[in-house]
Amino acid sequence: MPLEALVFYLLAALTIGSALIVAGSHNLVYSAFALLGTFMGVAGLYALLAADFVAVIQVMLYIGGILVLILFAVMLTHRIADVEVSNRTVGRIPAALILGVVGTVMGVCIEAAEWVQHAEPVVEPTTLGIGEAFLGPYILPFELASVVLLVALIGAVVVSRKELRGPMVDG
Amino acid sequence: MDGLLLDIGLRHFLFVSLAVFVLGLYCVLTRKNAIGILLGVELILNSANINYIAFSHFSSGNYDGQVFAIFVIMLAAAEAVIGLAIVLGIYQNFSSIDIEAVDSLQG
Amino acid sequence: MDHPLLVSYLRWIVLFPLLGAVVNGVFGAKIQERFGKNGISIVACAAVGLAFIFALRAFFQLTGVAPEERYLLDTLLRWIHIGSLQVDIAFAVDPLSAMMILIVTGIGGLIHLYSIGYMHDDEAYWRFFAYLNLFTAAMLTLVLADNLVLMFVGWEGVGLCSYGLIGFWYKEHANTTAGNKAFIVNRIGDAGFTLGIFIIFWSLFEAGHGTTAVFRDLSQLIHHLEGQLVWGIPAATLAALCLFVGAAGKSAQIPLYVWLPDAMAGPTPVSALIHAATMVTAGVYMMARMHFLFSMSPVALGVVATVGALTALVAATIGLAQFDIKKVLAYSTVSQLGYMVLGVGVGAYGAAVFHLMTHAFFKACLFLGSGSVIHAMGDEQDMRKMGGLREKMPITFWTFLISTIAIAGIPPLAGFFSKDEILWLTFSGGHPLLWLIGFAAAGMTAFYMFRQIFMVFFGENRADEHTKEHLHESPPVMTYPLIVLAVGALFAGFLGVPPALGGSNILEHWLEPVFAGGHGGGHTAHHHVEVIEYVLMAASVGIAAVGIFLAYLIYYRRSVSADTFTAVGGGVPYQAVFNKYYIDELYHATAVRGTLAVSWLCSVFDRNVIDFIVNNVAKVTGVIGWAVGRFDHYIIDGLVNGLADVTFGIGNRLRQIQTGNLSIYLYVIVGAIAVSQFLPRVGADILFPVVIVFLSLVIVVGIALWLSTRRIQWRLMLTKEGVSELR
Repeated sequence: MPLEALVFYLLAALTIGSALIVAGSHNLVYSAFALLGTFMGVAGLYALLAADFVAVIQVMLYIGGILVLILFAVMLTHRIADVEVSNRTVGRIPAALILGVVGTVMGVCIEAAEWVQHAEPVVEPTTLGIGEAFLGPYILPFELASVVLLVALIGAVVVSRKELRGPMVDG
Repeated sequence: MDGLLLDIGLRHFLFVSLAVFVLGLYCVLTRKNAIGILLGVELILNSANINYIAFSHFSSGNYDGQVFAIFVIMLAAAEAVIGLAIVLGIYQNFSSIDIEAVDSLQG
Repeated sequence: MDHPLLVSYLRWIVLFPLLGAVVNGVFGAKIQERFGKNGISIVACAAVGLAFIFALRAFFQLTGVAPEERYLLDTLLRWIHIGSLQVDIAFAVDPLSAMMILIVTGIGGLIHLYSIGYMHDDEAYWRFFAYLNLFTAAMLTLVLADNLVLMFVGWEGVGLCSYGLIGFWYKEHANTTAGNKAFIVNRIGDAGFTLGIFIIFWSLFEAGHGTTAVFRDLSQLIHHLEGQLVWGIPAATLAALCLFVGAAGKSAQIPLYVWLPDAMAGPTPVSALIHAATMVTAGVYMMARMHFLFSMSPVALGVVATVGALTALVAATIGLAQFDIKKVLAYSTVSQLGYMVLGVGVGAYGAAVFHLMTHAFFKACLFLGSGSVIHAMGDEQDMRKMGGLREKMPITFWTFLISTIAIAGIPPLAGFFSKDEILWLTFSGGHPLLWLIGFAAAGMTAFYMFRQIFMVFFGENRADEHTKEHLHESPPVMTYPLIVLAVGALFAGFLGVPPALGGSNILEHWLEPVFAGGHGGGHTAHHHVEVIEYVLMAASVGIAAVGIFLAYLIYYRRSVSADTFTAVGGGVPYQAVFNKYYIDELYHATAVRGTLAVSWLCSVFDRNVIDFIVNNVAKVTGVIGWAVGRFDHYIIDGLVNGLADVTFGIGNRLRQIQTGNLSIYLYVIVGAIAVSQFLPRVGADILFPVVIVFLSLVIVVGIALWLSTRRIQWRLMLTKEGVSELR
């Protein structure tokens, strides 16, 4: 078995296995922690695909930022003392049916489609190219993205601010 | 058959992506907890990103896919921030983050 | 005559009084409140005074040009231009209308002044002056109109104001009845007038030379009426007779005179201005204006002359036996108008207009004098309760006396010249019988006027003590106009001194350009038979003297009792005269009853036939409406409501899809994606994508409803336990 295939299968197993826990676990904290495995596996897959920069970003942003945020949210909305951190699920059977259909159809599509492929995938450091792409053809979306982040920042503060009930008493 | 399994190509990545997507969707559909749904959404976004990178590597040969993946990660961050803020807001107003309890929009 | 002098100030003669009427009519109550009654009278008198100044200007401009060119024209607005008929709002002044506007604005102005004193205690002071100004404007429109149509506007305007002023004290029913009577009787005359206008238009048009309403053009075109027939009657005769009906209505001739005595219900200045000096002469003026038409028809002239003479006599006889001071003057007015119409009828237009002018002076003076008396007597009008006012009211007495002498026809006062000229021209024109009638009427006039003088101003005062104490001469604002008018009555006659008496008949020469076109035969002959003229003059002076002497004997010396005359013929003639020949009763029995009978028939017809039809139509309509209503209620409404119910039902079911539950929405989304992907693949060659979409929709909705039902049950359960607990 070639090393590449071995690494791929290991990473795929990590990713899908963690995702199964995320989707199936009754405990929300478990699900959140299982998400860590999925993100790691996905980052590994990026690296396998020669996307070194994106892999690093994945680790930094997803694991270092988003996942921590989600964990905080879980902790904030459920008191630690509360044992039953609810992660109840509804309608497993219809969901499974629907997803069976969707998954089957998509799988058939993936298998049947004539994908365009280069003869020889390039493997090289990508940071320089991505940087040039961001400051070249993608300059406008790049700047807009910064605006979106700012808006999200302010919006999050506004939305999660505690509503003051009754007459405002200003200190 | 062996070649197919061992010669890792585009389709392998797409299947992994498909699995993550289906699991994410399942998570979104079945969770009653708003944070659980957000977790599912993260899974779906990751599956989309796997696709981007895979196509970028195998098909296009340029950096467009990776650039898009970075945008998606960025938007996912924003979405997580907003989504969690909304969840916190709901929790403050309804004392619950059970989405079935939050049905003010019922017709 | 062919080129009128175009001027632009004639309009102000009409517009100033109109402006005064508008100001006093619209803002009068406010002005009276703010500035007192003087404000009202200043506006009203200034309006007439300004009109008088412009009238004088027109007069002097006329005197400044050659007699043939004496014609001023002021076109204010285009009005009616249809084919060859061109009617403008245009004012014209020729010698005839110049004289008339001087009378209307001059005497009218004096009467305005007089009214300041007479109406001083009336609450509706402003309304009175508004009417008076409006009347002046309408009368001036009538006189100045350069065409028949505009003249008719003025004609109706003066009728309207007359109606308003007769019923001025409208709180008493008798006054409004009198106003109605005047208005209705005048309607008959107006109908004749309009018919006359139409006949002229029509016949001229038929004659094929274009039609016109302008007097100057009419006088040129009128000969085309020669030979035209309308219903077998010569058009000129018919038109002239129709116009005469109008004139008889306005100028109170038999048989339409009945309204004028009743018109005395109005305030006395109104009687003087409208029902003596100006408006009632409108008929005479109109006939003089249309003299070219009347001259074409000997038949019409004969009718006019006969009616005029009879009116003069009949009114005079009625006047003999009246006791109401104003009624006597009213019948006297009718009688004098009869003279004028007689003058027109014999073609003596100049003499008729001359008499019109002198009559305006002395009759206005008489009416104002009687007003002064009535004022002093505390609104008492019965002469039997007067007497001996000579000492108390010297100015009123002397002016009244002068005017009475003038109307009686004693030379050299105004009435003598004018009345005698009419009588002379009647005689010389070949109408000795009409002369005799007029002659008799002249004697009666002298009698009843002096009867009035003696009853009012001489002898013992027969009023009660209270009234006696308050007897006083009227204020100067009332006596000055009397004096001016008396002076007019004294000297106006010298404008028309006939050549037989060494005069030059200034007025006749002045009017000559107007009547030059007519065939009026009267004044052509009178140079040759002077001896008879002198004889006739002496005779009329003589009969006037006889009348005065009789009155003196009966009512001053009382050496002859009035009863000797009233008892003649068993008192029947006296009763007839005293009761005005029962004309009013006759009219009541015939015209009024007839009209009421016709209206009763109409009402019966209306109730039994028209109402029957209407009611049945209503019933049928009701039945149809009921049927339509049922149809509407069950079919149309049923459809509409059914549609609404179906829509509501569908909506009510579909509403439940909208659960507000996020997971169900997600199921629907994902399910729809799955189905839309799955279906095309299993039925690879399904032909109709529409069917696919529809089926997907049905399946999705079905799932959603299934889920929502579950959800509702769950919700119900929650409600029982209390939702608030969960939240």
